[in-house]
Amino acid sequence: MKPDKVIAGIMLVVGLVVLFRTSTGGMGQSYSREVTVSPASAPDVQWSKYEDAFPREQGEPGVSFSWSRTLGLWISALLTLAIFSFLLGDNVVYKLAEAIFLGVSAGYVMVAGFYDGIVGKLLAGLAPTLMRDSLLPGLPPEQQTNWLNIVPLILGMMLLWRLSPKGGWISRWPIALFIGITAGFRMLAYFEADFVGQIQNTIVPLLVFAADGSFDWVQSVKNLLMVTGVLSTLTYFFFSVEHTGVIHRVSRVGIWVLMITFGVGFGMTVMGRIALLAARLEFLFDDWLWLIDPLNRRS
Amino acid sequence: MTLLKEGQIDRRWIYLAMLCAVGLPILLQLTFPEIPSPKVLDVFDAVDKLPEGSRILMACDFDPASAGELEPMMSAFVRHCGTKNHKLIFLALWPQGAPVIKSNIVILNKEFPEYEYGKDYVNLGYQPGNEVVLKVLVTDFKKQCSTDVDGTSTSTLPLTRDLTKIQQLSLVISVSTGNPGTTEWVQYVASPFGMPMVAGTTAVQAPSLYAYIPRQLISVLGGIKGAAEYEQAIIDHYPTMGENNGAREGLRRMGPQLLGHLLIVMLIVVGNVLYFSQKEKGVGA
Amino acid sequence: MKRTIPVLIASIAGLVLIIAHFVPPAQSWGDEVNTWFQILAAFAFFLGGGSLLKMHLKRISDQQEGWGFSAVTLLAFGITLIVGIFKLGVLPSETYPTKPWSGEYLGDGGALWWIYQYLFTPLNATMFALLAFFISSAAFRAFRAKNTEAMILLVTATIVLVGRTYAGAFLTEGFNPHWQLAAIIDEWFMSVFNTAGARAIKIGIALGVVSTSLKVLIGTDRSYLGSEE
Repeated sequence: MKPDKVIAGIMLVVGLVVLFRTSTGGMGQSYSREVTVSPASAPDVQWSKYEDAFPREQGEPGVSFSWSRTLGLWISALLTLAIFSFLLGDNVVYKLAEAIFLGVSAGYVMVAGFYDGIVGKLLAGLAPTLMRDSLLPGLPPEQQTNWLNIVPLILGMMLLWRLSPKGGWISRWPIALFIGITAGFRMLAYFEADFVGQIQNTIVPLLVFAADGSFDWVQSVKNLLMVTGVLSTLTYFFFSVEHTGVIHRVSRVGIWVLMITFGVGFGMTVMGRIALLAARLEFLFDDWLWLIDPLNRRS
Repeated sequence: MTLLKEGQIDRRWIYLAMLCAVGLPILLQLTFPEIPSPKVLDVFDAVDKLPEGSRILMACDFDPASAGELEPMMSAFVRHCGTKNHKLIFLALWPQGAPVIKSNIVILNKEFPEYEYGKDYVNLGYQPGNEVVLKVLVTDFKKQCSTDVDGTSTSTLPLTRDLTKIQQLSLVISVSTGNPGTTEWVQYVASPFGMPMVAGTTAVQAPSLYAYIPRQLISVLGGIKGAAEYEQAIIDHYPTMGENNGAREGLRRMGPQLLGHLLIVMLIVVGNVLYFSQKEKGVGA
Repeated sequence: MKRTIPVLIASIAGLVLIIAHFVPPAQSWGDEVNTWFQILAAFAFFLGGGSLLKMHLKRISDQQEGWGFSAVTLLAFGITLIVGIFKLGVLPSETYPTKPWSGEYLGDGGALWWIYQYLFTPLNATMFALLAFFISSAAFRAFRAKNTEAMILLVTATIVLVGRTYAGAFLTEGFNPHWQLAAIIDEWFMSVFNTAGARAIKIGIALGVVSTSLKVLIGTDRSYLGSEE
């Protein structure tokens, strides 16, 4: 039997289930609740906002079928299937979904960068009054204009010069600032937390005695193995000395320790990937197809 | 019908097997009992043993890509803190972390209606600049976060009014998927200032964080298993939480994990058996 | 000027941060430089967006293979950017109801919220969920216990995989709690061997970062400046 036939069979069954359940109104619907907002600071101003509601809540005051959320749910489900279609080979549907993903993610981070970085940090410093009157009404009144923010503004413009076909060297100044700052703070952090810190963490008693004075052999063996493991792995990393004789044997132990570390990492990676798949399948089965209802959204 | 040709199998059969191994337990809603491990109990205790109403910083540094693993963890932390009436200050170093904060605030609003914005929780939203944000938070909180996500001054919110450095808080909870994330929180906040910190991370990230335990990091929840055990620990201590299906998301996911893991182990074993048997026969593999 | 000034900028910026760390009165300088960094990081997002625009416009204008997908990318990018920057459909903040632009850019019900919720989230999450399938295929095809090291890796991975589910608890149910599979993984594999390996790796990486940073700060590493122009 060819897998294509089985896959086609599964797709047919899923298609029929979707058709049947959609026609009976038994899947893929979203509801929202209309909530009236009456801000305390402006009693004459009032508006409505819409919050997610469960299908079981339909009929309650303010709860109604939401076209925009239902459309969104269907698009989400179809995009999920579009990405999964890559398993059958590269195809137009997958490429389309990939293209949308690329555009949306770039657009989203730019918006986040604009409001949280350019507005929240740069313009809040350069034009606090304007920001207070428009985008950031809660900006503290004591915040004065910080003229030093002109420096990152100019450097930012210089950074964007990189997009120009000529004068690419102009963007080196802001890049240098980036690199210099990163080098400065990373050097300290890594030295303190990952170099000195890890050495400190490794200095543990090799003979451990419990509070009642008895010898705790289990903890002693653990500490001994941990210290031996760190030292032997570091020996393996030490390439300035030829790995022969004792060094060879010790570094071989180090390789074994690393292999256990990587084995743990591999096992955990598999665990992570399966969890992500389970979450997507749960979305399809619960939110879209209504085959399961673990959160009692519908009953 | 033969699946194997020269020791190989059409990869689509493997994909189908994986789909069934993960999909069927979800459809059948298979769940299994969990026993919280000591590492998970250390995380639980760090939150639980704080005096009621302690101020905690919740760092949400992940995107939808890892939400399958981290969302259950994040909501478990929020529910646990809510049960203890802890005050929460949410912050994200990832642009995609901001929506995660919002969805968890929905949990707070629904399940802990007594929680009041500004007094019991504050949303600082996304802070651009990666770990540099942390460098400023430890010296001048207001310089970094002069306003919350709605543009309200943090100097006017009761929860953040007196906050000058984040070291004044009782605990940092970092839920993260990569960089910037838990490692940076340890390097720039927990390690240099001795600030108590626990973390919930993806399974991929967790093993490397063990190096920081216990001196620089109290403990870590690793992946969906960590989330499930943490949920169980909360249910064990606060049984009413067990009635909330939303608080069992991690526990629910351990069904598909079981069959998925066993399938991978089976594939490794079968792959090796075939490889060595063919090698003995002299067939190139 | 094209190379010397950037080197000086990098050195001074880095040194200011190091001095600020050790000299508390200089902390405010460090904070100021850090704020500049954050603003530049926001500009970097725009640089990224600009590069994306430039690259895909070129693909479209050259009618390169798959240029239609570039058009889709740009359309998605443009719509997201416009609705996000103009806060389309975003309601004002309840604290400042008279200020129409005071609402959060990702406010519920807004167009950007819809795009994030229904386009970005499923695409981002499913891209990574695909890896579960690829890892299963790799488990069958690639993970071979060809030597002692590979054997150690695979045995460890198998123990972790079994032990991190109910199967581990089921197989060692009657054992002493310390010798149950979950405890063995947690107390020995994770807390002893994995911790030892992770610590050694961290020490190695730290030494690498410190030496690379020093080279940047004293100006011997100038690779970030790119080629001569």
